[in-house]
Amino acid sequence: MIDNHILGPVFIHLFTAILQLIAWRKTVTQRVISGIGSFLGVLVSIRLLDKVVDNGILTLNASNWEAPFGIVFVADLLSSTLVLITSLAGLAVSLFSSTGINRQRMLYGYFPIFHFLVMGLNGAFLTGDIFNLYVWFEVIIISSFVLMTLGGRKQQLEGAVKYMALNILASTFFLTGIGILYGITGSLNMADLSQKIKLVNNQFLIGITSTFFLIGFGIKSAVFPLYYWLPSSYHTPPSAVAATFGGLLTKVGIYAMLRVFSLIFIPDEFTRNLLMVLAVLTIITGSLGALIKLNIRRLFSYLIVCHIGFMIGGIGMFTKVALMGTIFYLFHDILVKTNMFLIAGVIRQMRGTMEMKYLGGIYGQYPKISLLIALVLFSLVGIPPLSGFWPKIFLFKESLNLEHYAFVAALVLGSFVTLFAIARMWSEVFWKDVPAGVDAEDKFAPMPLARKILLILPIGLLAAITIFIGLNAEVVVQLVDKISDQLVDTSSYVEAVLGKQN
Amino acid sequence: MELLLIILIGLLYGAGVYMILRRSMVKLLLGIMFLGTGANILIFLLGGITKGKPPVIDESLKMFQDNYADPIPQALILTAIVISFALTAFAIVLLKRVYALVDSDDLDDLNTPEEEDI
Repeated sequence: MIDNHILGPVFIHLFTAILQLIAWRKTVTQRVISGIGSFLGVLVSIRLLDKVVDNGILTLNASNWEAPFGIVFVADLLSSTLVLITSLAGLAVSLFSSTGINRQRMLYGYFPIFHFLVMGLNGAFLTGDIFNLYVWFEVIIISSFVLMTLGGRKQQLEGAVKYMALNILASTFFLTGIGILYGITGSLNMADLSQKIKLVNNQFLIGITSTFFLIGFGIKSAVFPLYYWLPSSYHTPPSAVAATFGGLLTKVGIYAMLRVFSLIFIPDEFTRNLLMVLAVLTIITGSLGALIKLNIRRLFSYLIVCHIGFMIGGIGMFTKVALMGTIFYLFHDILVKTNMFLIAGVIRQMRGTMEMKYLGGIYGQYPKISLLIALVLFSLVGIPPLSGFWPKIFLFKESLNLEHYAFVAALVLGSFVTLFAIARMWSEVFWKDVPAGVDAEDKFAPMPLARKILLILPIGLLAAITIFIGLNAEVVVQLVDKISDQLVDTSSYVEAVLGKQN
Repeated sequence: MELLLIILIGLLYGAGVYMILRRSMVKLLLGIMFLGTGANILIFLLGGITKGKPPVIDESLKMFQDNYADPIPQALILTAIVISFALTAFAIVLLKRVYALVDSDDLDDLNTPEEEDI
């Protein structure tokens, strides 16, 4: 079904960014526009998801070029749910940024670039054309480069060099893969590719091409041998920026993997085993890193890597239940990881540092805020009934069914290390007294109430969604069930894009 | 022509990977540029090179009767060139700033010790 609403979430953020460019150097106006734009973005995404649930997969042919010749935008359940969750995370970060980002950064265009980034994310989720996906990826990385370097502290620039080099390399791999794929099949439309790829005689060549995509998306989503750029760059930018990156950027890699490997390269035995091995190693290395890091944001960076392994494992098993686990975890992870970095930002405001050895006494000083934070931490660890608990059930169940015992062990290890690292962080940061000899510079207490609310409200918002998902798990499971049906049996996707075959 | 391009692509990818593995930041940048150019020529080559047959349908015919030069790879390359131009421009400015701050071209000097973290 053709529908023009698909591009709503993209255009809202585009126009928000343009309005903010007009209001250059007027930081108050920019903050207001950002808040309104993000809120409208959420409303439009809710409407889009509602339409997709009611009417099935929606498509839009750009300039009315018929698929497979033109660029096509497709909103299936996976895309539109991810757009909604991205918009919610974007709203939270946008509100947080209005206080959490210093004025100097705002003067140099923090807000417009942030909205270009969210626009890129929405575009990447909604496109149905593989080259267009590449272009959205480039929109995302160029915006993220600017956000990462904005402010120009030495550490930030050091992190940015590593981040930039690896991400450009990933894009080159992706582009090479697209080139070869076009050479083999003569098509760029993902639905069309999924039909044509079956007709290719030389399936070995297809396998090699899929490795280009695996490496490209692997670098972006920080999978085992390719993740080193992440922990060495995510702790450098301001927390609001790190929240966007940690919550959303690596997850686009996972989304792209889900899409490409379910539609175009259906994983064969070798790819599945490769993905399982990578998943186990990603979880192990991420856990080991999380065990030794004593800086809050470095700890969170390694936890991101660790939890990426959970999702890769689900893709590696590639059965309906495993994909349900991966997708549910993806939704949960976007919300919680964004929230974690926002929390790191609040702690920084309260104490002026993120090193655990200089932190302490936050529970004594701010008991209510601490309890809210505890809720988010519980959700990350996966304590029922919060959102982190349910996806793990699916992953455990399916890996036991398929007898992937190494992955079961890695899941247990990953969950246990997450629990340990978070418990240690809780006792160090919240329960321990302020260490002697450290005079904490508390910027949070003297703030006017309105600014405090702007810092805490986003955390509360995301925490509320986490609880909502946890308590309404039945609804979400039904949604996820339909999504993985669409991923396993792609005929409805292909039919929506190309029309009824024969 | 095809063989020449294949050799050229191989050289560009090889040189790109070699340059990226060096420790110098300028060589890293050159390596990224080589890889980008290599990928562009690869798309051009794999799109199929057809000489002297523009993709224009004769007025008297309804559809193509013959092989024709595919315009899509050129559109893709054009897009990719513009994107890599922007990324390279950004990378050059970034590396220049880093050089001014760190006063070194060596990637190994980019590790401010963890204790200085805030």
